[in-house]
Amino acid sequence: MSYFVDSLRQLAGLKPVKPAPEQIPIPIQLIYKEKRKTPLTREALRAAEDGHARSPSRHKWRNRRWITLIVVNLLFVVSYVLDVQLVEGALTASRVIGFHLADLNSALQVTLAYKHIVINLLIGTLTVLVLWILLGGRTFCSWVCPYHLVAEWAESLHLWLAKRGWAIDIQLHRSVRAVFYVIFALLALLTGYTVFETISPTGILSRALIYGPGLALLWILALLAFEVLLSRRAWCRYVCPIGITYGLVGVVSPLRVQYNMQSCHHEGDCRKICMVPHVLDVTIRGRATGLTTDIGADCTRCGLCVDICPTSSLSFKFKGLEKAL
Amino acid sequence: MKDTSTAQPKPKPRRKTKKLREQGRREFLRSTALLVGMVGASLAGLIPLIGQANARLRPPGALKDRLDEQEFLSACIKCGQCVQVCPVEAIKLADITDGVGIGVPYIEARDQACDFSCDGLQCVLACPTGALTHDIDYPAETRMGFARLARPGRCLAVRGQPFKGAARGTDHPGLLRFEAVDRWNPIPLAEHPFDLPLCDLCVRLCPIEIRIAQCDAGTPPSGDPNQCPPLHAIRMQPMPTGRGTIPVVEDGCVGCGVCEMVCPAEPAAIVVDIHRSADFQ
Repeated sequence: MSYFVDSLRQLAGLKPVKPAPEQIPIPIQLIYKEKRKTPLTREALRAAEDGHARSPSRHKWRNRRWITLIVVNLLFVVSYVLDVQLVEGALTASRVIGFHLADLNSALQVTLAYKHIVINLLIGTLTVLVLWILLGGRTFCSWVCPYHLVAEWAESLHLWLAKRGWAIDIQLHRSVRAVFYVIFALLALLTGYTVFETISPTGILSRALIYGPGLALLWILALLAFEVLLSRRAWCRYVCPIGITYGLVGVVSPLRVQYNMQSCHHEGDCRKICMVPHVLDVTIRGRATGLTTDIGADCTRCGLCVDICPTSSLSFKFKGLEKAL
Repeated sequence: MKDTSTAQPKPKPRRKTKKLREQGRREFLRSTALLVGMVGASLAGLIPLIGQANARLRPPGALKDRLDEQEFLSACIKCGQCVQVCPVEAIKLADITDGVGIGVPYIEARDQACDFSCDGLQCVLACPTGALTHDIDYPAETRMGFARLARPGRCLAVRGQPFKGAARGTDHPGLLRFEAVDRWNPIPLAEHPFDLPLCDLCVRLCPIEIRIAQCDAGTPPSGDPNQCPPLHAIRMQPMPTGRGTIPVVEDGCVGCGVCEMVCPAEPAAIVVDIHRSADFQ
């Protein structure tokens, strides 16, 4: 139950709750106590990190994800350019081998603005809903959304510049994304136009890839420039309602990243690399209340933390599958 | 243990409160600034609606209530599936300059009109949201606009002139289907020259008139009598002066734009008005 509550709190942008000492079960407290007895020296941590950096699988999930994202988006492009009719349409709505699929957030915006339930859209939306329940909800963000990929590259540039003091990271209140969500829903409902779609970089980039570039790409460049110079991953972190829509789907998804506190060094490498670091607050010493904790639904399942963790304390889990197998 | 942990941090927060409160205030202001900025940017998308600055010729079946495109713009999910199925590639997607009309399909009739060479209204069938309404099945049922002889002085027929060559020159990329040449594949207009004693391209190539002729000959398109248009769209009427003829648009016109595309005059003598249709003038 608390997984749902925690996930919803994350999506609403509320601060993670620190467990009171008495809420931590005795065995877990003992593990923390044991760790305190043998504090991690800087050398030991560096050794662990260096050892991990040499491991051939240190970019395993990132590489898989980038390949998936590029292949999915290329499928759209190739289907149209070569006219093979495999995946027709764009990310907002498409037909895969004749079967309707619709992006959940675009379908929601259209339904709110148009105020009709369209049967094809309903079929497509439900199919996509089931798909992303199985695959993890915000998995859409990191494994499919083309803006995520360019923003990820822009983020590397931002970090490089920030290290030299040429860029800053203005941090905002994460609840602002939930406020955006409500505002964009109300705007669609009240104006009768899909107002959000005008500025949605996901739709703009997807269409630009398939149907050719346009002036709308200037908006994408403006967003990226803002993220590079002023605020790290600002669009995905503080604005995008698509993330909340898929995050809500992820609340009931069995595909999650799981944290094991026993082996964790609590050095925080995972939180430094994460786009939504608040979901990893459980990795801070004294936060875990169980041996394993599932990372909440705001997590995009991008796997960067799984890749970087020097102690393999984070891993992908499909809830219920290990029992079934 | 418990005592120390609760007693010790107490003075700390007190020292930090002011700083924390200031931090919180700044965070709130910045977040509000972002909120106002982004919502403002998205609302700017409504500006092109003023005076129908983003009004365009839309694909067949586009939801439309006279001039008002509100339903069409809101129902469109901006996926471009209509673009992908069109055999003559008549459909384009609007850019961000159209505001909330971004990614919404339109047709630039002079460059490439809809010639209904798919017969079955493929764009309508492809539309996942019904922004191109599924209520219509045949070309004659569409209401895209209404043709008008805007520049009679330039019309070759009115001037009683012949026409020889490719309708729009040999470098025009436009496609049209000529059933006599290829039933299934549209060919470039440039590859189909004409030699007419008196220009009648707008009537001769009108998809509605072609269908009526086929039906009159007992061979309706796809062998389906429902494909037969009930009304004529355009006909030639002799000029009172005796020399030349004048194209007259009739109630069967659906506004597909083929006449505008093929008109050899520059600029086109006949154009499609998007704010009129056979149902309302």
